[in-house]
Amino acid sequence: MAPTRREFLIITGLSAIGMASPSLARMISAKTGAPPVRTVLPGAPGSAPAQTAKRWGMTVDVRKCQDGCRDCIDACHLTHNVPDIGNPKEEIKWIWLEHFEDVFPAENHPYIQKSMKKRPLLVLCNHCDNPPCVRVCPTGATFRRTDGIVMMDSHRCIGCKICLAACPYGARSINFVNPRPFIRKLNPDFPTRSKGVIEKCNFCEERLARGILPACVMACQEKALVFGDMEDPRSEVRQILDRKFSIRRRAELGTKPQVYYIL
Amino acid sequence: MKLYNRGIIITGIMAFLVMATFPFWYDRGKTIARPAIELDTHAIQKLTDKRCVEDTAFMRDNHMKLLASWRDSVVRKDNRVYTAKNGKVFEMGLTGTCLKCHENKSRFCDRCHDYAGVKPACWNCHINPEEVL
Repeated sequence: MAPTRREFLIITGLSAIGMASPSLARMISAKTGAPPVRTVLPGAPGSAPAQTAKRWGMTVDVRKCQDGCRDCIDACHLTHNVPDIGNPKEEIKWIWLEHFEDVFPAENHPYIQKSMKKRPLLVLCNHCDNPPCVRVCPTGATFRRTDGIVMMDSHRCIGCKICLAACPYGARSINFVNPRPFIRKLNPDFPTRSKGVIEKCNFCEERLARGILPACVMACQEKALVFGDMEDPRSEVRQILDRKFSIRRRAELGTKPQVYYIL
Repeated sequence: MKLYNRGIIITGIMAFLVMATFPFWYDRGKTIARPAIELDTHAIQKLTDKRCVEDTAFMRDNHMKLLASWRDSVVRKDNRVYTAKNGKVFEMGLTGTCLKCHENKSRFCDRCHDYAGVKPACWNCHINPEEVL
């Protein structure tokens, strides 16, 4: 007699369980015991004490910038494995040059000095005190440290590009392609990025931790870039701001940028 | 009760069972050699106390958790110093600390990861010194 549908299904189910169980049992028992390995390590922590501040900031003395000089840009890009993709639409920018009308759109007018109009100005992430990129980031991948550095945690970045839209300075770039093949010389001390993550200037936080000033500041032979603690009245940045008139990029937006320009 | 389309149904069930259980019986009886991990790098040979950041058993079981906690500590808390259980201190870093001894990623990390079928995303960004030199 043919089995009923009910009996047929029961037999099928039990057979399936029966066939799988010996393998399952083997898998569980195989979990115990692994080959003994001997491992080792050097590496005492860094020697120089870290550079610390209550609030990091930078001054850019545009008048000291030499025409055609790219020392700071090259130093930054070498230090941080910033790729040169070649296509301006996919460009990755940490520190770069822009025209006056794009850097200070509110201060621009038709009668502005010709020299100012022609000269490209150095721009970078402003490490805002009130950073819009941090407010919009859905994963917390970008965040503001207590010393004011606006950091990117590439591990958490999902590449949604909302911060790209939020930043009024265009300081953020996304990797549309894998950047590795476009890096001229790999610096093994700093990771590259992968396709689909955002990147930007990090105020050389990895160098500050080892007690070294940012790469762009050290590369500038004209001392146009000065880096220091904004909350320390004796710091070099504060002394420069005491003596010279300075403006910030689009401060009217309330982002409280911490890169000060002396024009 | 009559089972309609008996032939097709039974054949279908048999085919399904064969495919669904394939991973369990395909390797049955075969022994696959355990991955041979190479620890004879120059840096390791020079060490007098051949001990990783923590002891071997801990590292074998927990290196991924340790690295994840190092990652969060360095990137998010700006704390770069790890104090091991035996009081030794290390600078947290994958390329800078781990791979200074384990210079042979392809014969150390990869061998086990390939065996276990895991593909950590570390190397999408972090640099393997073997590739640079």
